[in-house]
Amino acid sequence: MSWHSTYEFLRHFADSWGLLAMTLVWIGLAAWPFRPGAREHNTRAATMIFEDQNDGE
Amino acid sequence: MSEPLAGAIGGPFSQGKWSMEALTTRAGMWFAMLVLALMAAALAHDAAFAAQMVIVAIAIGVALWWTLMGSQVDRFGNWLRPAHDEGKYDDDPIRWGVIATMFWGIAGFAAGLFIALQLAFPVLNFEPYLNFGRVRPLHTSAVIFAFGGNALIATSFYVVQRTCRARLAFPGLARFVFWGYQLFIVLAATGYLLGVTQSKEYAEPEWYVDWWLTAVWVAYLVVFVATIIKRKEPHIYVANWFYLAFILTVAMLHIVNNLDMPVSLLGSRSYPVFGGVQGALVQWWYGHNAVGFFLTAGFLAMMYYFVPKQAERPIYSYRLSIVHFWSLIFLYIWAGPHHLHYTALPDWAQTLGMVFSIMLWMPSWGGMINGLLTLNGAWDKIRTDPIIRMMVWALAFYGMSTFEGPLLSIKAVNGMSHYTDWTIGHVHSGALGWNGMITFAAVYFLVPRLWGRERLYSLRMVNWHFWCATLGIVFYAASMWVAGILQGFMWREYGADGYLVNSFAETVSAMWPMYVARAFGGLLYIAGAVIMVYNIWQTIAGKLREEKPLTTASYNAEADRPLVAQPAE
Repeated sequence: MSWHSTYEFLRHFADSWGLLAMTLVWIGLAAWPFRPGAREHNTRAATMIFEDQNDGE
Repeated sequence: MSEPLAGAIGGPFSQGKWSMEALTTRAGMWFAMLVLALMAAALAHDAAFAAQMVIVAIAIGVALWWTLMGSQVDRFGNWLRPAHDEGKYDDDPIRWGVIATMFWGIAGFAAGLFIALQLAFPVLNFEPYLNFGRVRPLHTSAVIFAFGGNALIATSFYVVQRTCRARLAFPGLARFVFWGYQLFIVLAATGYLLGVTQSKEYAEPEWYVDWWLTAVWVAYLVVFVATIIKRKEPHIYVANWFYLAFILTVAMLHIVNNLDMPVSLLGSRSYPVFGGVQGALVQWWYGHNAVGFFLTAGFLAMMYYFVPKQAERPIYSYRLSIVHFWSLIFLYIWAGPHHLHYTALPDWAQTLGMVFSIMLWMPSWGGMINGLLTLNGAWDKIRTDPIIRMMVWALAFYGMSTFEGPLLSIKAVNGMSHYTDWTIGHVHSGALGWNGMITFAAVYFLVPRLWGRERLYSLRMVNWHFWCATLGIVFYAASMWVAGILQGFMWREYGADGYLVNSFAETVSAMWPMYVARAFGGLLYIAGAVIMVYNIWQTIAGKLREEKPLTTASYNAEADRPLVAQPAE
């Protein structure tokens, strides 16, 4: 890693560890609803908007 | 006052009468602000700033009048003053927002039609206030921020209450958001006509209008987050994720792109902190994510609520909606540099912008498929329900423009398409097709519910609106494809001796028929919107149009009899 300039440092950080960290966080968040046992929770979340058939008026 | 936060800012929406002290304090505050605005107008360094401060003074004057009036006069009915009943949703700002959406929609479409005609018939450039350079930002801001912004604020307040099963937090602040946002629109629009501009696309308003919008936007964030915090429903529905991403990201983009130093606190000019290529990159980081988070994330929030509600079926895959959300958030923010291909921006940054734009295609189509497949098993609704048809059409255009966008971001394609009318066609297939159609559908969904009507005045008029808008988009997009590709190839055509074959004026005259076709498309689109305004007007007035239903099963009385053997003749 080069400390030659702020630009060089940030640029190398962005295309190595920064990119890796961001990719891992993204994969983790996107995979979260696929965790075992989440099916029931997802169904409940998707149908929750129909529980107020009279739109609460 | 029983409710300390109610009526913190703005009109008399608290229940009952105010105490004398509260009234005096409030009126005194408005009066002091009025004096300040008038002083700023008097001491202004330029005429445009003075004119803008007069507009601010008028707005403050109206607020002062309203404060004094509201303290004694009780003639506007209770719906203007929510009773702080936690058992009811606070829908007044939503009703105002729906009306504002329609008003600014017509204004913005009319401005667009006018500038389309200016390009075809330059004699329509009325100098200096109504020339193309000043009306064009008026059009873009009116349709994106006034029409789209009001639709987003209104629907977000509706959806967050319904999905959280809780009344809107901070009613006073919510009203400040609505009225403050309208003042922002008026200041921005009048500023453009007076020649006040930062000359940054989609960020034209000058520093004082930017500061005002920042205040309004922070209030918006506070109202939205506080409503989520007081929710009675444990899960935060995915539409709210998209709304929250939209509000937070737009706040960040707006603040960073508008880090400007005013020349004087009494003048309209300012200079940006970032210069040169850094300034350009910040501007297009802002500009592209204004598309990504204002026109995409916010409107996807509308899609994730209103499409399932209108189809009466849950979203096709809730898991896919979460993947869609995070992928959009992680990818969109890097796509901005594709606006700066072949410029002084470092090559790696251009390539980065291109690669992320292409990757964006996947979550975009994931979202489109998720919305469309919500109709699985109910596809007949496209035939029988014109509101569903609008939603499906909106999703189809979301898919088309998010395919076209990555295509245009490829450097080789961009070398031909950049600065041509292809870009304009691309933007409008997204804006008219996706943002416009989903907003119209949401308004058609909302109005009968918000005003307690049995149904819309006329479903057949929705159908007419749909076809006018669709034909309008076809004329618009097709003519701009042809114009853009024609223009791009004419610009880059070299002769045998190495000189450019065409002059700029020759490309302009070659595109004239397409410019007329585009203006005709715009006329059709605004005609559809006028039909909508009439339909909504009548719905709010409580009228129901007598009309044939859109579909009935066919019946042939002639054939409805037993078959009897016919004697031979």
